[in-house]
Amino acid sequence: MKLKQLSLFLENKPGALSAPVKLLADAGINILTLSIAEAQQYGILRLLVRDWKGAKSLLEKHGLLVKVTDVLAIEVADRPGGLAEVLAALEQAGLNLEYMYAFTLKRESKGLLLFRFGDPDKAIDVLQKHKINVVGKAELFKRLEG
Amino acid sequence: MSKHSIPKMARFDPISAPDFLPPGQLGELQLQRLQNMVTLAYNGVALFRRRLNDRGLKPEDVQTLDDITRLPFCDKADLRDGYPFGLFASPMSEVVRLHASTGTTGKPIVVAYTQEDINVWTNVMCRSFAACGLHRGDIIQNAYGYGLFTGGLGAHYGGEALGATVIPISGGNTQRQIMVLKDFKVTAICCTPSYFLHILDQAAELGVAMKDLPLRAGVFGAEPWTESMRQRIEQESGIKAYDIYGLSEIIGPGVAMECPCQAGPHVFEDYFYPEVIDAATGKPCPDGVEGELVLTTLSKRAMPMIRYRTRDITALTSEPCGCGRTLRRIKRISRRSDDMIIIRGVNVYPSQIETALLKVEGALPHYQIILTREKGLDEMEVQVEVTQEVFSDTVGGLEQLQARLTKSIETTTGLRPRVRLIQPRSIQRSEGKAKRVIDQRNM
Repeated sequence: MKLKQLSLFLENKPGALSAPVKLLADAGINILTLSIAEAQQYGILRLLVRDWKGAKSLLEKHGLLVKVTDVLAIEVADRPGGLAEVLAALEQAGLNLEYMYAFTLKRESKGLLLFRFGDPDKAIDVLQKHKINVVGKAELFKRLEG
Repeated sequence: MSKHSIPKMARFDPISAPDFLPPGQLGELQLQRLQNMVTLAYNGVALFRRRLNDRGLKPEDVQTLDDITRLPFCDKADLRDGYPFGLFASPMSEVVRLHASTGTTGKPIVVAYTQEDINVWTNVMCRSFAACGLHRGDIIQNAYGYGLFTGGLGAHYGGEALGATVIPISGGNTQRQIMVLKDFKVTAICCTPSYFLHILDQAAELGVAMKDLPLRAGVFGAEPWTESMRQRIEQESGIKAYDIYGLSEIIGPGVAMECPCQAGPHVFEDYFYPEVIDAATGKPCPDGVEGELVLTTLSKRAMPMIRYRTRDITALTSEPCGCGRTLRRIKRISRRSDDMIIIRGVNVYPSQIETALLKVEGALPHYQIILTREKGLDEMEVQVEVTQEVFSDTVGGLEQLQARLTKSIETTTGLRPRVRLIQPRSIQRSEGKAKRVIDQRNM
């Protein structure tokens, strides 16, 4: 269920973002989705790729600082209140949500969001109990291909 | 376990015999050598003759070891003024080697050796290796720079005299260093402590487990370092990190070296006479009290030094050491009087910043201090490389880290720095001495 996300530490200076992006491009690694968190002096680039191990060693070989984090891809109904329902279930269970971002991918009026939890395993339990669909690796890659 | 299983005193190496001279005999030897050296310096070097004459002193006035305190000091400026050959006491026909130190500022300093001087140097370096338990059969990777710098050749000759196998790899090319460490089954390495940390980082990136290698000892010197750095090196690599002390002006590496007790380097007092003085007044400091290290060469022929002020801050102790050596010890040099930076009137040493950073869990010793002046006010920025261990993938986590580092530096130095987190390996690595401070204040 859990997906491996790569987080990169980037200094806030010209070219900081393009360096890793170009490395991945040159190696033919497609970025499935990404987000950037920024502070004044630095940023964190979070991204999802198919071959996270290959991408990690490539980036590290070029001196980048990479951390692997477990995230969940959660299906959310693409209508007003869709996200609110998911969040309500999580809040009830007292789960700690660190951050989230989206896929552009949509299927049968359902969107896909990436969530990073303090405790992803507990989150899976809660989501399943509420019949909220957590999309695993195989299914995700299938959808992205399709 | 097996790498360090030899008990501390199990092997007595006859090479180390002079380290155990009874104090009375050592004193006699020192006085005899001191008298000869002062005579040579007086007759051969205009500067020393003038300085002694100014005080109404003649070489014959040195009657006891304590008389050394009546002699005048000399320092780096004297060497610079005498550039290149002004302080030589022997004719060039007896000089077999020249080295030059780049120094941290200004013109190089030239140092000279007669064959006798080279033999003494080889002897003290050989005893240095023996002191930390190395012997015939050990394979020493000498990653000190070969060339004008004294580190490379000094360690080289000493290692060979010991009967060990010396690999003259010199500094730099870290990937090759790691390959050789592994493939040649190296048991000891010589380099600066900051360069060894760099080797450790690279080895980790290359997936080389240093702890599994036969490497068991590191002979580290040529720059100030700290106890926390030693602990980090020992924990990460599984080796013992020994502190060696020396400086070109006196001979090069091998002025003092640690024994397996790792309780501060023993000064090879039969050749170098140590004093610790109050840097401001020039008065001797009592045993155990920190001050500036002053060294006198007792046997040097080509370029004798009378009471050379090293600018290195340390304390001298005559407390007996567990190894039984009668040689006095100095505390590890973690700062130099000329390293001191004054920020808004507060005295700060880079070693204090380093200690503060290491107090924060997992933080790295890779840092740089940038000093600027904004609207007449000094600003200190401390750039710290983020590591895998401390990198949290949330902004909040990194902000917390930044705050903890800031707090720790403020507690240690009394100054509130700007802490900037930077990408790993963005601070230039030293293959020689680490450059810790960049002063852009235009003073």
